[in-house]
Amino acid sequence: MILIRNVQKAFGTVIVLKGIDLTIEKGELVCLIGASGSGKSTLLQCINGLEPIQSGEILVDGISVHAPKTDINKLRRKLGIVFQQYNAFPHLTALENVALAPRVVAKRSRAEARALAQKHLDHVGLGDKSGCLPSQLSGGQQQRLAIARALAMEPSYMLFDEVTSALDPELVGEVLETMRLLKSEGMTMVVVTHDINFARESADRVAFLYQGEVYEIGTAVEVIDNPRKEQTQKFLRREKRKPVEAVISSVA
Amino acid sequence: MQFQFANQGLAWSDAYFLALGLLNTVRLAAAAILVGTLAGIALGWLRTVSVTLRVCTAPFIDVLRSVPMIIQLILANSFLSILGFGASPFWFGTVALGAWMSAVTAEVVRAGLLSVPIQYRKSARSLGMNGYQELLYISLPLAFRTSLAPWIGLVLSLIKDSALAGVVGYVEYMRSTQILITRTHETWLLLMGAGLFYFLICYPVSRYSRHLERKVSV
Repeated sequence: MILIRNVQKAFGTVIVLKGIDLTIEKGELVCLIGASGSGKSTLLQCINGLEPIQSGEILVDGISVHAPKTDINKLRRKLGIVFQQYNAFPHLTALENVALAPRVVAKRSRAEARALAQKHLDHVGLGDKSGCLPSQLSGGQQQRLAIARALAMEPSYMLFDEVTSALDPELVGEVLETMRLLKSEGMTMVVVTHDINFARESADRVAFLYQGEVYEIGTAVEVIDNPRKEQTQKFLRREKRKPVEAVISSVA
Repeated sequence: MQFQFANQGLAWSDAYFLALGLLNTVRLAAAAILVGTLAGIALGWLRTVSVTLRVCTAPFIDVLRSVPMIIQLILANSFLSILGFGASPFWFGTVALGAWMSAVTAEVVRAGLLSVPIQYRKSARSLGMNGYQELLYISLPLAFRTSLAPWIGLVLSLIKDSALAGVVGYVEYMRSTQILITRTHETWLLLMGAGLFYFLICYPVSRYSRHLERKVSV
């Protein structure tokens, strides 16, 4: 369980998170939606300690992420994260990308790490690309590679930070497909997305963030189809006016 | 008759003398490159770690980069002699050239490390790597690729600058050439020979670097 309690975060004088409270249960898929600058990506990066917070607390399985005595590197093994830019390590092949952390962080043997990596590449449908460098892969493949890399650490939670936003529209489907696969396997996921259709069909709960606060939260039906608050309604009207993305995503 | 005696022409035994000089040049350059590069990598990394460290190391870098090599060699040689450190000319040349190499390499390494996009470092950390693992497996290999070409430029500079180590008494290739010029007055021939041999050392280095660059390009 991820417990977020009254988290406040500022970059200099700009306050990004103004006291976020959110609980993510085991096995749940929670989508964070909201306009750019509403703090969704920042919140996600706070959860695995990539960003420090000013006050409040984030507990992952009862361990405080930002407490000084927490072994953050150990805790991060529970929290896989995939970012918006495809950031497969460019100097390593697909297989090496996935095998690196199991070998150096989880201290598995070279052979074990490679076998594990191959398993996870197969899982995301890149089994035949293991010898390719990231530059030889499409954006969608690189993003799936990033997912496999995070999964190879066998995390309890997966965090997705707008993973389809930088992709060409025709590549979005394959990445969403991989995420649906994870969901069907019971992975706990926190997904920051602009893809309202994905949120509607896959999320157990949807949280709408507005100016650094959880403005409205509930099931997809409650928040997306029947938003009660004014800013949520405004945001969704704007999002629904972006026809191309919506069509592509519903096809996928 | 006496005049002719002082101007002995080139003999085959001089080729041996020159070959020794050439060998000394290669030895000195190789030692200085090794010492300077290792120290430079450490120094360059330190300079990316914190502002304090960058400020503290700045005088070392600035002085070594901005004062002509020949002045550094002579001054350092005199100081060390006054202080009573009697090292061999080879070790002295290695330390002096190596110090210069470390200063210039440090800046190349620093630039290389700063060029590594932050998202790769974040990804590495998010997988549970600590700072050193991230440096070893991600930042350094990527920095190596951007630093390779400028670093080879420094290596070529250093090979040529090793000719200055003659002023502290190390008989490397340039010094041997000068000794023979003084004796034989075959200035043209000997200098062209020297130029040719420096080229023969440096050209393969730059060819190899191009090959390496292609091999590691991503």
